[in-house]
Amino acid sequence: MEIQEKIKYEEELDKNFFDEIKEKSGCDEISQCIQCGTCSSSCPMAVYMDYSPRKIIAMIKSGFKDEVLKSFTPWLCASCYSCQVRCPSNIKITDVMYALKRKAIKEKIYPSRFSIPVMDKEMHKILTKNGRSSEVWLMLNLFLKTRNPLGLIKMAPLGLSLMKTGRMSLKKESIKNKKQLRKLLKAVKEGTK
Amino acid sequence: MNEYIYYPGCSAKSNAKHYEESILPVFKEIGIKLDEMEDWNCCGATASLSVDKTKAAAINGRNLSIAEKADKDIVAPCAACYLTLKKSNQFLMSETEEAKKILKDLESAGCEYKGTVKVNHPLGLFTDEIGLEEIKKKVKRKLTGLRVACYYGCQVVRPYTDFDDPDYPVRLDNLMKAIGAEPVDYSAKTRCCGGSLTANLEEAGLRLNYILLKEAKRKGADAIVTICPLCLFNLEITQNKIIKKYKDNVKIPILFFSQLMGLAFGIPKEDLGFSRSMISLKPMWEKLGNGGTNE
Ligand code: SF4
Ligand code: SF4
Repeated sequence: MEIQEKIKYEEELDKNFFDEIKEKSGCDEISQCIQCGTCSSSCPMAVYMDYSPRKIIAMIKSGFKDEVLKSFTPWLCASCYSCQVRCPSNIKITDVMYALKRKAIKEKIYPSRFSIPVMDKEMHKILTKNGRSSEVWLMLNLFLKTRNPLGLIKMAPLGLSLMKTGRMSLKKESIKNKKQLRKLLKAVKEGTK
Repeated sequence: MNEYIYYPGCSAKSNAKHYEESILPVFKEIGIKLDEMEDWNCCGATASLSVDKTKAAAINGRNLSIAEKADKDIVAPCAACYLTLKKSNQFLMSETEEAKKILKDLESAGCEYKGTVKVNHPLGLFTDEIGLEEIKKKVKRKLTGLRVACYYGCQVVRPYTDFDDPDYPVRLDNLMKAIGAEPVDYSAKTRCCGGSLTANLEEAGLRLNYILLKEAKRKGADAIVTICPLCLFNLEITQNKIIKKYKDNVKIPILFFSQLMGLAFGIPKEDLGFSRSMISLKPMWEKLGNGGTNE
């Protein structure tokens, strides 16, 4: 991950981005960030992020849409809510990260061979189709999608341990009333733009 | 409403079978009937929230509606399911246009939801509803001498801080004391295990779990006790790699809190899923004698 220092002119910033993320995350308080850094210092994943949570909030406020959505930061958020419960301005940072993930997926600008967004998408797909997720099938799909056969081989010892302790299920799980689920999701979809 | 319905979630049917195998007998011993929710669907965990918030809320609404029809409150032992159901419940009742629309969609699919269901984690039920005095009465063999590191992880204590303190919760420690075990001062008790990232980002996953294992070892714990399937999974599967990478023997059993409760309640250890541990439990059994001292 390379962090490029860039100069941005005001006209290059996306003025609507801030409002959009505010709405999508359901967090009106973003504007009240005081840049104290409590979130970044609470974050177990901050050392791996290209922009720390504090920086991401500042960048959202200023309209750095491309940089924020292309960043690895939302995908490195483990959803542990440490930042969220500690923020003195009551900013729901974890929910903001979720809103960024959704936006990046929608605009198809997430790193496509990076396994995390792919896994989220695959799992969501499987469970909205069958009502339940099946780990083994999810993993197989994931390695296919990210074109990573080596990853699959690396998982073998784990699979063996799970098998030995009877904790692996090869069954494709599914609910009985899939029709109802389909109807529900269709109704939901038709309502949203 | 004081009757409960059991929401297992996907992990209790696969890699965390021993959670279900131990929590159900424990509830039975306490005298609470716990039937599994009919035709429940997956909560979507962190994945659906990352893809489609509206659909995430809708699929959780379906589960809530099943519980409401049965006139029961939900018990969700999986920490991620607990949080997702609780969060969705709050969102659906938020009276925003978005939420109202989803409620209408639910109704049109035959999953009407009015909002009467409460989502519980068993830990809170045991410590706050049933109470530690009642729990103590059920103990047949105290787990005397067993030193445990109580690991809460994140999803049960955050962001809904009504349950316990988000940084330094004590309910699990108190519960372990009630069954005779000795909780060590585990300062990493709410640190992150990496969640679903651990399987994908090995470097980060190993580091985060090393911190958790090391701290438990340093405090002299015989086992780490968890309330979350994903925490248990991460802490187990990373051990060999951590030992190799950091050249530090941090081998330690990871158990569900319900397994130890069942043991203390006198349920035979063969019926509590202990054989599903990836880590040898031999030192622990030796310490406990015949699975705990009889009173
Ligand atoms: S903790 Fe809150 S106020 Fe402080 S920098 Fe982070 S988001 Fe801003
Ligand atoms: S919720 Fe995400 S951003 Fe916040 S502290 Fe946890 S990992 Fe970091």
